[in-house]
Amino acid sequence: MNTDEVDILLVDDSQDDVDLTLHALRAEKLANHVFIARDGEEALDFLFCSGPHAQRSFDHPPKLVLLDLKMPKVDGLQVLKQIKADPRTRTIPVVLMTSSREERDMASGYDLGVNSYIQKPVDFSEFRKVVKLLGLYWLVTNRPPVNNGKSQTAGQGS
Amino acid sequence: MKPVPALFIVDDNPADLGLAREALARCAYRGQISSAGDGVEAMAFLTRREKFADAVRPDLVILDLNLPKKDGLAVLAGMKAHPELRRIPVVIFSTSQLARDITRSYELGANCYISKPGNLNEFFSTIKAIEEFWFGPVKLPPRGE
Repeated sequence: MNTDEVDILLVDDSQDDVDLTLHALRAEKLANHVFIARDGEEALDFLFCSGPHAQRSFDHPPKLVLLDLKMPKVDGLQVLKQIKADPRTRTIPVVLMTSSREERDMASGYDLGVNSYIQKPVDFSEFRKVVKLLGLYWLVTNRPPVNNGKSQTAGQGS
Repeated sequence: MKPVPALFIVDDNPADLGLAREALARCAYRGQISSAGDGVEAMAFLTRREKFADAVRPDLVILDLNLPKKDGLAVLAGMKAHPELRRIPVVIFSTSQLARDITRSYELGANCYISKPGNLNEFFSTIKAIEEFWFGPVKLPPRGE
């Protein structure tokens, strides 16, 4: 897969949630360019063009990072913090998606600059509905940032 | 039951404000909609100054960029620098297609950037998409009183 054309960087350690998310995005034809990272470390390598992704460029950020909160190695809030602290990555929209009901996690997410915070529904069909809605919102309705200001045009009108 | 979130729309064009209200009325949205027509009034409302002492603290702000007195980017910067306002999600809703406006909005902490459509049907469906997403699956930050 050409990692310069990634629409969504999906960061989740749960195979079930990854499968469900891809399934829902596929139904909306939004899953052609999804890159999956299994933990926070892999996500940071992808976003910061390091380790196995050293050949990537900051000029081709994903349109959306869909980030699970609870993950091994580096958790979602840590990943979010690093994305939003670095001028090369902070414009990338990040949506936290979590099964946590902790109000504190949500507040920390917004404090760290998350673009939106979503509670993962337990019910399968609800989960699909939510993924569909967020996929359409962030990939169709929203205008993604323009390559950290390096691009000459803002792309097509909506 | 979840309380109905309150919305604050900042737009200097009364026609656009009217259309947004009409579009929201067609959605299931039954919350309180407040509005301001310029950036100075918007900040006075958000910080509850003078005549806005009893203003409702919004759960979501829809913000135009080209505003008289104080532009949308200055309002956004003011909100994100304010300890009680910085968590409130801000949807930039602008006709500007300029890369610099889009990028600057994200740099200043805009939660998303939505192009304001010129076509009536698209305008309605865009407001609907904003309403469905932010007042649907999103968990909005607790309202700081």
